Amino acid sequence: MDAIFIQLLNGLDKGGAYALIALGLTLTFGTLGVVNFAHGALFMLGAFCAVTMQKLLTISKTVKDTSITFFDAYKEQPYLEIWWGDTGTMIIDYSVPISILFAIPVMLMIGIIMERGLIRYFYRRTHAEQILVTFGLAIVIQEIVRHFYGANPIPTPAPDIVSGSAAIGSAIGLSDSVVYPWWRLIYFAFSMSIIGSVFAFLKYTTFGLVVRAGMADRDMVGLLGINIERRFTIVFGMASIVAGLAGVMYAPILPPDYHMGMDFLVLSFVVVVVGGMGSLEGAVLAGFLLGVLQSFAAMNEIKAILPGIDQIIIYLVAVVVLLTKPRGLMGRKGVFED
Amino acid sequence: MSPDKKILRLNNIWLTMLLFSLGVLTMPWWLEPIGAAYPDLLQKFAIFGIFAIGYNILFGLTGYLSFGHATFLGVGSYTAVWSFKLLSMNVLPAIVLSMLFAGFFAFLIGYVSLRRSGIYFSILTLAFAQMSYNLAYSVLTPITNGETGLQLSKQDPRIFDRLFFEAGEGLPSTTLFGLDMNGYQGFYFCAVLLIIAFFISLKIFNSPFGLSLRAIKSNQTRMSYTGYHTRPYLMAAFIISGMYAGLAGGLLAVTDPLAGAERMQWTASGEVVLMTILGGVGTLLGPLLGVGIIKYLENIFSSVNSQTLHEFFAFLPDSIVTLVVNFTGLFVGEGWHLTLGLLFMIIVIFLPGGLMQGFEKIKNRFTDKA
Amino acid sequence: MENSFFQIQGVNKTFGGLIALDNVNLSVEQGTVHAIIGPNGAGKSTLLNCCIGKLKPDTGTVTFDGRNVIGKTAYEINQIGIARVFQTPEIFPELSLIKNVMIPAFAKRDGQFKINWFKSLIDEDAIYEEAVKILDDFGLKEQMRHHAGNMSRGDKRRLELAMSLIQHPKLLLLDEPTAGMARHDTNKTIETLKKIKKSGMTKIIIEHDMHVVFSLADKISVLAQGAIIAEGTPDEIKGNPVVQEAYLGGTEDA
Repeated sequence: MDAIFIQLLNGLDKGGAYALIALGLTLTFGTLGVVNFAHGALFMLGAFCAVTMQKLLTISKTVKDTSITFFDAYKEQPYLEIWWGDTGTMIIDYSVPISILFAIPVMLMIGIIMERGLIRYFYRRTHAEQILVTFGLAIVIQEIVRHFYGANPIPTPAPDIVSGSAAIGSAIGLSDSVVYPWWRLIYFAFSMSIIGSVFAFLKYTTFGLVVRAGMADRDMVGLLGINIERRFTIVFGMASIVAGLAGVMYAPILPPDYHMGMDFLVLSFVVVVVGGMGSLEGAVLAGFLLGVLQSFAAMNEIKAILPGIDQIIIYLVAVVVLLTKPRGLMGRKGVFED
Repeated sequence: MSPDKKILRLNNIWLTMLLFSLGVLTMPWWLEPIGAAYPDLLQKFAIFGIFAIGYNILFGLTGYLSFGHATFLGVGSYTAVWSFKLLSMNVLPAIVLSMLFAGFFAFLIGYVSLRRSGIYFSILTLAFAQMSYNLAYSVLTPITNGETGLQLSKQDPRIFDRLFFEAGEGLPSTTLFGLDMNGYQGFYFCAVLLIIAFFISLKIFNSPFGLSLRAIKSNQTRMSYTGYHTRPYLMAAFIISGMYAGLAGGLLAVTDPLAGAERMQWTASGEVVLMTILGGVGTLLGPLLGVGIIKYLENIFSSVNSQTLHEFFAFLPDSIVTLVVNFTGLFVGEGWHLTLGLLFMIIVIFLPGGLMQGFEKIKNRFTDKA
Repeated sequence: MENSFFQIQGVNKTFGGLIALDNVNLSVEQGTVHAIIGPNGAGKSTLLNCCIGKLKPDTGTVTFDGRNVIGKTAYEINQIGIARVFQTPEIFPELSLIKNVMIPAFAKRDGQFKINWFKSLIDEDAIYEEAVKILDDFGLKEQMRHHAGNMSRGDKRRLELAMSLIQHPKLLLLDEPTAGMARHDTNKTIETLKKIKKSGMTKIIIEHDMHVVFSLADKISVLAQGAIIAEGTPDEIKGNPVVQEAYLGGTEDA
């Protein structure tokens, strides 16, 4: 029972990341009609926003280490600590949450540049060409990141105060041994709140209404007329921010490296397909569903019966879903059926 | 001029084949001036040429964009190495088995993936490719030897070889009835297979079967109402291209008898897509052109380091050299993939029909003026 | 009940509560031209779609030459000898006209699936000549090496007709063969259709243009709101007051 509960939790934070990426993918599919293989790169760039922020905050200068008195010793001390003492230390500790503020404008900019500079020329091209060009773009982005940050994963710790584990077992009446990392719980809550805000935005604003109308009927978007181009740009920017934030917050869970985007992209595409292309609810649902399934498949008891199942469960589910429900769990008729 | 017109007019297949064979077999001679005439690279040209020609039969004719063909390449390699380990160092059983196994895998994956079209098909093949890659790394380690990769060893049974002679000292090398399959001999072996592969693809392109595949790309609905059962046609194209990939994988193992899972990664599938579109999707020679350019550039770009760059830009004033070297350094050596990605984008953006289309455009411009 | 050559019996079709076809019965005799007319939204296209495997009726049977058609796939229906021309021309835009016509000829000769990879197109003399001949009949021979996608709409429709006729179908279904055509194109198409009429091929035509219907049809069925309200020869239909009221009155002069 405890083990099952832990696996459920394990699945939720991963599922949260899948859901957030899939949400952005679906938004871009649905409104812009573009299949974006570079969406995973946006997730990765988000994670590297956190890395960059950490690096910026810890720019250091060599100072004399006063704790060693026998001889002259030197150490690297961040400027922030030198200037502001303990406050500085605290700011550094909170680099990941701080980088959210940094990531929003940065990701918005990247998104707008991408859409204006490349994607918009592909609205009228075939899906195959969209896939190919964004695939190329993804490679370019990831190689640039590798050039500047190297090939190794870069640890980006969460703030000290939440680096421990929450004793949720005792809190909800399971055994005390059920503990769970705070940050993962935070990630889950965070992803839920982002998903909530995106849905609220789509539901309660005029802008969101137009976007939803567009997703329901692609031709409608054209008929509405009023500056569709700009709306497309904003939707793409939004999708970029969502993917970026998913990445920022994921950095403490998985030390970012340059190819994490591709790894998540493939999975997120599968998530989108399982959820039903063009269905936002489907993307979220399938994200969590597959995240949880994957973590259950990773249980030793299950791996003993079906070795390697954790490696392929998501793909297997995708194949079964596509064959039995070709439109995915919540897909609608007429969406992306060429 | 449309490609169609050419096909109906092209009645001189044998002349085409003669020129093609001459061109391929004399590669060691005419590639000498650009420094590409050493066996290793020549073998790669031929092997990836086969891979791309096969891929083009699927993507070029039917328009189905598969991201899973590296799987068949990997299956081919593993099969060939196992054939070397268990049966014989002779390359014939190895490549025949490679093709058969790859064809079988293509049947399985195609059976499921071809139930859908468009992006769904692409994503399904992607999912299968990722699945096979993950399995090769984990559960299938007894077969694939995981991260280390599958290699020959002295203890291998090689039952057929043992019937005729004793195991020698050291690792045996791959042979074709006593002819060692490395160096130029290896290249000529691959080249002959490339010629056969090209011939089959030429025949398919010019046949009613090829026409049906093109028609499926053009209007699949119409095909059904015209009395064609389209799925078996797609299935046939998928299996044929899978077997081509398996043959290429087998040949990779023939020239260098080891197989690793990284060969199956979906970025490797991406590479064959790039080679095909760079040269020209759906054209006969385009994919080969793409292979030549990419493998040649890869060879040059990935061997360059900052030392060579410094020497190359030595004529510039000192103050600029570092800047220039740092910038160009982005694209060479480790940065080769960046160049590849950029190339990918440039081609898709400006020349979706590939270089062959580019040549056509230039030719038309000249003929228009004349 | 004895079966005619092509028979639709008791076909019903609803789309989520909306009744598209209401107990439709229709029998078509061999060698005749049967027109189905009716106002927009009367269910004409739905009826055709039920005959070619695109839609499955809720109840009822469709038989052709004594064989059941319902539940068969589009290619099986084509292979038993029913060809269809669509309202929006379905051709192969990226291929040349000659290939557009050769493709259905191969399907007729080789069946639904055959890997015919070794023989070159250029050596398929019989089919090539047949294709050239039919393009000539339709006045398209001059453009036979051009891409089909670049043609005018009228030419595309005639090409599609040629694609169907090269298969020598036993039954040809035509969905508004002259819709959206200029007058002169319409007349050209009528001429062509009259020519094939002489060949004795059975045809079902769905049409809006009364001029076309009355110059071609042997028998006319009038479909309104999913049900057949009248059936008879062109003259009978012209004089039928029910039809006048339901349909002809408003559109005759259009």
